[in-house]
Amino acid sequence: MRARLPILIFALVMAVIPFVPDVPPFWLVLLNNIGLAALVAMGLVLLTGVGGLTSFGQAAFCGFGAYTTAVITTAYGLSPWLTLPLSLVVSGLAAVILGLMTVRLSGHYLPLGTLAWGLALYYLFSKLEFLGRNDGISSIPPLAIGSYRMLSPEAIYYAIWAAVIISAILTLNLLDSRTGRAIRALRRGHIAAEAFGVQTARAKLLVFIYAAVLAGLSGWLYAHFQRTVNPTPFGLLASMEYLFIAVVGGAGHVWGAVLGAGVVVILKEVLQNAVPAIFNVQAQFEIIVFGIMLFVLLQVAPTGMWPQLMALWPWRAPPKAVDADAAPLAARGKTPPADGVLLRIDGARKEFGGVVAVNDVSFEVRTNEIVALIGPNGAGKSTTFNLVTGVIKATAGHVALGADSIDGAAPQEVVRRGVARTFQHVKLVPDMTVLENVAIGAHLRGHAGAIASMLRLDRADETRLLAEAARQIARVGLTDQMHQLAGSLSLGQQRIVEIARALCVDPVLLLLDEPAAGLRHMEKQKLAELLRSLRDGGVSVLLVEHDMGFVMDLADRIVVLDFGTRIAEGPPAEIMRNPEVIKAYLGGAA
Amino acid sequence: MNATILLFLLQDGITNGAIYALLGLALVLVFAVTRVILIPQGEFVTYGALTYAALASGKFPDTAQLALAMGLVAFVFDLFANRHGFSLRRTVRSFAVNVVLSGAVLAATLAFAGRKNPVFVDVGLALLIVACIGLYLYRIVYQPIAHASVLTLLIASVGAHLAMQGFALVFFGAEGLRGPAISDVSFSLGALMFTGQSLGVYVITAALIVALWLFFGYTLYGRALRATAVNRLGARLVGIRTSLSGRMAFLLAAVIGGISGILIVPITTLYYDTGFIIGLKGFVVAIIGGLVSYPITAAAAIGVGIIEAFSSFYASNYKEVIVFTLILPILVLRSLAAPEVEEEQD
Repeated sequence: MRARLPILIFALVMAVIPFVPDVPPFWLVLLNNIGLAALVAMGLVLLTGVGGLTSFGQAAFCGFGAYTTAVITTAYGLSPWLTLPLSLVVSGLAAVILGLMTVRLSGHYLPLGTLAWGLALYYLFSKLEFLGRNDGISSIPPLAIGSYRMLSPEAIYYAIWAAVIISAILTLNLLDSRTGRAIRALRRGHIAAEAFGVQTARAKLLVFIYAAVLAGLSGWLYAHFQRTVNPTPFGLLASMEYLFIAVVGGAGHVWGAVLGAGVVVILKEVLQNAVPAIFNVQAQFEIIVFGIMLFVLLQVAPTGMWPQLMALWPWRAPPKAVDADAAPLAARGKTPPADGVLLRIDGARKEFGGVVAVNDVSFEVRTNEIVALIGPNGAGKSTTFNLVTGVIKATAGHVALGADSIDGAAPQEVVRRGVARTFQHVKLVPDMTVLENVAIGAHLRGHAGAIASMLRLDRADETRLLAEAARQIARVGLTDQMHQLAGSLSLGQQRIVEIARALCVDPVLLLLDEPAAGLRHMEKQKLAELLRSLRDGGVSVLLVEHDMGFVMDLADRIVVLDFGTRIAEGPPAEIMRNPEVIKAYLGGAA
Repeated sequence: MNATILLFLLQDGITNGAIYALLGLALVLVFAVTRVILIPQGEFVTYGALTYAALASGKFPDTAQLALAMGLVAFVFDLFANRHGFSLRRTVRSFAVNVVLSGAVLAATLAFAGRKNPVFVDVGLALLIVACIGLYLYRIVYQPIAHASVLTLLIASVGAHLAMQGFALVFFGAEGLRGPAISDVSFSLGALMFTGQSLGVYVITAALIVALWLFFGYTLYGRALRATAVNRLGARLVGIRTSLSGRMAFLLAAVIGGISGILIVPITTLYYDTGFIIGLKGFVVAIIGGLVSYPITAAAAIGVGIIEAFSSFYASNYKEVIVFTLILPILVLRSLAAPEVEEEQD
């Protein structure tokens, strides 16, 4: 509960503001506007700051919320409370439709798509007869509880800020969960997340919908606060302003949205009053100041204000508690294949245009075996890994796991079958702790969904996931670094973190891409020891490695690739004497 | 509908489409070289058009002052960037490019403003002013964050757009302006009227497309720009100054935007914010071209222009809705066809 104390204090402070004697009603109007903007910006924080997706159409989603309730309450006389779910559903559905079209596209299409879409919707709002065209809809009923009608700014103030604080808590809960980790991994590219079973397209769609629903909530509140709606506040300029708020506050921080909304709304008010008074101009000078501030801010403080402010905060949040006694996660039933062959690669081929990266390569990995894949740079080792794990599709050939073909299987399916991997170029989320990064490995072993996470119904599941992550971290010997940010570790340690993450899958086959690079001698020995104990415990290992001492000492069998073709295979002692291999490594007649 | 209306709409669509093609090409160019999604492209259109219109009506365009002001800021940025290793040569060069150039343009504008000039003088001055603004815009807004993610650059673009549109309102007011035609030749072919202006649009668009194609395919600078687009680090390692590539791209984009504006301001009245909408239609076509392909972008532009012409005839209220919704089926197609690519971000 200690972590929630600042929120409680904030809520109490906000609650007493209207009771301060002589507080000008205009301040409450401003605070209401701040709350409304903060809701939309909070969605953008999740979408842009955390998920790495940008939307220029958030104001249009507000419009969906606002117009839905405006039409239904005025034309059909329904109570505003009944239109709340409708408003949220309509904005959510709009997001589903747009999201399905764009989330699979690379990053910059979403902003451009939402830009065009936001503009089209704005024109649509201003042309449709039943939305009142440019005049909009007026005399929308206020919110009411019994006979108490929330007509004044201080009445609806509580509704708005309750929505802000509840949304903030739900959002924080969501981020601190299994689904949240998947979302936070999105910004670093999708390959690593997918390798551990995260359905990245679905996670992106989820945040897109979540952001749209928050915008819809803001729109619904706006409609009953202003009691009139017209297209103007749902145009492109408003969408850009919301993005500005998120950047100012610190995209990536939930409370940054509230801070940013406060700063921007107040600044806008000041500029609108002060600038014309000073310069005696009619034009919208505040827009110019706004625009200039936006790109100046990106140059001088790209992380926004919230992190800077937090750096001054003297109390650190306690590290996440790990319950060592938590019941272990269900282990995978491991039935060794009848013929002892765990992974069979049969004539695998990959062409990139005219380049044959992997040329009809065949080899096997048996149960309880450590196989090393070696070869000079560009030999096709990492491409072979990517073929096995489903990151790229083979041009020809077959890959089978035990008796089952995994040709063309998606990465999420391959990992579900117990094939876990690490990456040549470390793919961790640098601003997450080691513990959280490793817990992503156990993604498929947890079950809690987004809604359960928001409502904190996921704690039993979460405790077990974190306990498993902590166990694997202890296994690789990084317990002391467990609560540090992954980005602060040395490259060698980050590689070890990747191994712990892969172990969280409870794998039958471990694919390690240059695990020993950047390790010191002692660390390499410990790693070799760990891999041997894994092998003896029933996990097969296929590794790519350039450190020959390490490989020769550890591997049971070695496969050598050169220019995409398998040139040798056999036990280490044999490979070391093989003339083909020596030629490939040293060139010419050595 | 009869054949005359059909032909008329087609002609109208192609004229508009040609403009979108120019803007789409400029957007593709800038994105390919700098990864900047150039939202302020529309402001180049506005600035070019309204500067030309102001000059033609004997007024002094305030954009010339903005160019000098931006040049001064760019010079200060250069000084600041070089604060650790002062070099006289660099400083003099920066002073020449940023201050002397924009100062000279301002002086020329002061000399010519308020007089009746030949059309080409007004056009030349307007383009010079816009070119300076484009050049300095890159230096001030984008060059300091050239290595940031596409997203960060995009948000910076929004800032630049807001500021430039705000300035447009201050300089030119909320009233629209219309400029004189570049030539008043006209002739008819069957039922169709061809004006010198619309022919100019076709010829200049075609010429620019060919010029761009030659520039990128056959010149050292063009190839350097393409190299920067493919791999910034690699380009730097072989000695291409990527900041120079960025400036070149912005210079070209600004000039193309300015030309587009000057071409349309005799045909329709332009307001301080019209350029933005026109620029966004350039985006629609650039997106159809996947932000990479010049020929598809040009073809898409003609298509969008024609659809726009027809929808303004049949459903004029929903013209903008239709044009901007066009992007959605395109995105669906792209999303089905495009392989997912891993992006190394941050």
